[in-house]
Amino acid sequence: MWNVVRSAVPVLLLSALCAACGAHKGAAGSAAGGRKVLNLYIWSDYLAPDTISNFEKQTGIKVNIAYYDTNETLETKLLAGSSGFDVVVPTSSYFERQIKAGVYLRLDKSKLPNSKYMDPKLMARVAAFDPGNAHGVIYMWGTNGIGYNEKMITALMPDAPLDSWRLVFDPAVASKIAKCGISVLDSPAEMMRGVLNYLGRDPNSQKEGDLVAAQAVLMKIRPYIRNINSSEYIQALANGDLCVAVGYNGDVMQARDRAREAHNGIDIRYVVPQEGSILWFDMLAIPKDAPDPDSAYAFINYLMTPKVVAAISNYKRYANANAAAAPYVLADVKSDPGIYPTAAQVHDLAIQLADTPEHTRELTRAWERFKTGQ
Amino acid sequence: MKRLRARFSGRGLVVALPYLWLLLFFVAPFVIVLKISFSEVDLAIPPYKPLFSWYAEHALAIRLNFNNYAFLFTDKLYADAFLNSVKVALVSTILCLLIGYPMAYGMARARPRTRNVLLLLVVLPFWTSQLLRVYAWIGLLKANGVVNNVLIRLGVIHNPLALLYTPFAMYVGIVYSYLPFVILPLYANIEKMDWQLIEAAEDLGCRPWQAFYKITLPLSRNGILAGSMLVFIPAVCEFVIPTLLGGPNSLMIGRILWDEFFSNRAWPVASAVAILMLLLLVPFMMWYQSIQARETAGPSG
Repeated sequence: MWNVVRSAVPVLLLSALCAACGAHKGAAGSAAGGRKVLNLYIWSDYLAPDTISNFEKQTGIKVNIAYYDTNETLETKLLAGSSGFDVVVPTSSYFERQIKAGVYLRLDKSKLPNSKYMDPKLMARVAAFDPGNAHGVIYMWGTNGIGYNEKMITALMPDAPLDSWRLVFDPAVASKIAKCGISVLDSPAEMMRGVLNYLGRDPNSQKEGDLVAAQAVLMKIRPYIRNINSSEYIQALANGDLCVAVGYNGDVMQARDRAREAHNGIDIRYVVPQEGSILWFDMLAIPKDAPDPDSAYAFINYLMTPKVVAAISNYKRYANANAAAAPYVLADVKSDPGIYPTAAQVHDLAIQLADTPEHTRELTRAWERFKTGQ
Repeated sequence: MKRLRARFSGRGLVVALPYLWLLLFFVAPFVIVLKISFSEVDLAIPPYKPLFSWYAEHALAIRLNFNNYAFLFTDKLYADAFLNSVKVALVSTILCLLIGYPMAYGMARARPRTRNVLLLLVVLPFWTSQLLRVYAWIGLLKANGVVNNVLIRLGVIHNPLALLYTPFAMYVGIVYSYLPFVILPLYANIEKMDWQLIEAAEDLGCRPWQAFYKITLPLSRNGILAGSMLVFIPAVCEFVIPTLLGGPNSLMIGRILWDEFFSNRAWPVASAVAILMLLLLVPFMMWYQSIQARETAGPSG
């Protein structure tokens, strides 16, 4: 009878080894049969179905794709060095820090002729932490805000402030609607900015007094928070397991669409709170140690082609930063404030800047206190 | 000469392999982590400062930074997390033993053909990724999941119970995942037992539970210990199951390690936590080893 176990052990070991090899294959970077290879590391579910196949047809470059689901995963691979990736898609504050760590190649603009199509206003906002847009171009962008289910909230509190951070951070409101489920992102840096907006302070403040004040707000609402998670809320909003979720506009839109497809009578809306919030930008960048920078340039240039990026926006419902793509973006996508932030928001909302390592530690510690409620 | 060579190629190789394995997959990573734990955070690739640097021509400077270790004692967080992890691991081990022992016992006493089937059933879940199996529990335990729906349909409850993201769900996940590691050594142990001893005990007037308590339990001590260690040690460091099933307020050392490494990008502090964790587990392992050694040295073999 031990034979069963004995024969199972090598199988287990082998499969573990295979998994390890498989994980490495994506980063191999060698040209198979003389064909050029591009290793792309990107958020899951972030391209149109034909984006890659069209690029392969056009250029003859084969694309290997690997996916990540948190900026931390990407950053750790980049900081460990020799990641083997040619193009990566970090979010703004991480991107800023990674530039400082010397992760990225200084872009040769002559190899990116399509950068002339980019929206100068948006590129200027990103230039705040990447002077001259030297290291990256915007892939998609959006806002942090609140996804909510109006019917469920008003059933508990008819006069709930639906366009305000008070929905989450004011104990008087949160205690009333806690029953239908409130969720927040498991991201100290982003949540703290929301609290600072609620308090009317500078969201990028690293002052100790502001952190203490924000922590006090968080501790008061802790009993009313059901989930602290950065991905579960999509499905939970769509199912009606939650009525309020702090999240990213794209994720909330996804929750809305899932609920619509399920015909379960749940209507999810997205709002950027009136007190202000932060803009996020996902950047296309090339690591310094990329095996094939030329393929990387070709790919980034391809993604800046107006029709290509418009197709991605239409399919994935994320805003692109390509001015020339506007005519090809569907009207209902362009006019949806849950997808395309308004001009006023672009002007008023802050960009999340990178925190110092010391402040990051303080934030993580404060967040641990919030999570454990002590 | 010939014999010597045969010895080298055969036995020597067999003996060397485990050591090579240990060197490659334990000693080498350990030394690397130890090295990083004495370093300082830096915004660079890699994100810590080198320990060794060459001064002028032939002067080697070594900078050892003990702050990372000292830091862990300044904040109660780390001690709390460690104690909580040990508590969770202990409770899980006890639960695994309570559930696994009767199962192993039943298997060992079953007819040989049934035994094979039962053994296969215990091993079968390994064929699916552990991550998938833990995810399956999310589907079972969530608010509109299988368990709640069945209970509501049966009229036992009217509103769904909050099962997921609770300590309960975390224990379910850990016990479920590690149960085979208790059952297999226990089964191997009990199956080898001499059942005539039980018969003898019963002949001499022992009631069944007395025979179990006086004969079976002491004889299966080795299996109990092996199983407990196989559950306890990985459970202390468990990260995936508490993250997926446990509530956000479950403070575990694995979570702290993740925070230090990924959120704070403090590889040196994360390494110090890892080293300290290992050192704190050493006494348990030594204790286990000494019992094992005593057992093998004894006449029972």
